[in-house]
Amino acid sequence: MMHTDTAPPGTAPVFHHEEEHHPETSTLLGFWIYLMSDCLIFAVLFATYGVLGRNYAAGPSPKDLFDLPLVALNTSMLLFSSITYGFAMLAMDKGRTAATQMWLAVTGLFGAAFLGIELYEFAHLIHEGAGPGRSAFLSAFFTLVGTHGLHVTFGLIWLIVLMVQVAQRGLIPENTRRLMCLSMFWHFLDVIWIGVFTFVYLMGVLQ
Amino acid sequence: MSAEAAHHGQGHGHDHGHEGGASHGSFGSYVTGFVLSVILTAIPFWLVMARPLESALWTGIIIMAFAAVQIVVHMIYFLHMNTKSEGGWTVLALIFTVTLVVITLTGSLWVMHHMNANMMPMSVEQLRHQP
Repeated sequence: MMHTDTAPPGTAPVFHHEEEHHPETSTLLGFWIYLMSDCLIFAVLFATYGVLGRNYAAGPSPKDLFDLPLVALNTSMLLFSSITYGFAMLAMDKGRTAATQMWLAVTGLFGAAFLGIELYEFAHLIHEGAGPGRSAFLSAFFTLVGTHGLHVTFGLIWLIVLMVQVAQRGLIPENTRRLMCLSMFWHFLDVIWIGVFTFVYLMGVLQ
Repeated sequence: MSAEAAHHGQGHGHDHGHEGGASHGSFGSYVTGFVLSVILTAIPFWLVMARPLESALWTGIIIMAFAAVQIVVHMIYFLHMNTKSEGGWTVLALIFTVTLVVITLTGSLWVMHHMNANMMPMSVEQLRHQP
């Protein structure tokens, strides 16, 4: 089966047949490397927050601002969306288009709920006069948490586009590959959020 | 890791070789990961909101440790990281990234803390005009 048509007689035997895989494998590895570079962006934002996080400029501190029950609710939304995306992937593996679409829709709703709560929190902070221009702490806070929220927004747009694609073409190999990439992206954002709620919210209130 | 492997063995057998070792896990592994994540999230929130521990330092160390464990749980059960996927390249990329992240974080915090500590003291005149 291997290379019978490419290797002319008399040449040395070819040993790289183990690497003969379908192109989707390299797509997933490439996407993983993109996620790692995204991880570095967040590392820089976390470092910025770590350096500037206590420069309140005589303004409000995390203890005055953060509402932990709201953050806990937000965290649970993202966690639920992670497992429902997992269920979508399991349905996709079994080739059940309707179940995949249903779980993707549920994931989208949890993601939208997360974004809604975060926007409510931001609006509340800005209304209280604790906007990004108030102090270095708040600039770093809005940049870090806002960048994560922006990622979730783009993930949500991607999710809706993929639902349309699956509705139009079904679970063709191209669509399953795209869904696998979005799966990595979505779970990766949940990993970043672990860092955010621990490092920013819990440590902030603890100080 | 072994739990996931066990689930995999009795799973629906989708390892037709078209994924290059990147598995999607099974229902059991997702539920295990979810339950672990809920526990690992709930305990840090409880530690900070109810403050059963007096020491802020120890509470901080414990919630950081919980976060680290939860990140590993997510990597294994949701992102399905293992040393074999993509012939080890994903793990290699991850190790490289984690190294850079650690250098960035500890380096920034360390250097900036020392710069803060070694700043020249302000004069009374400067203090008066401080923003």
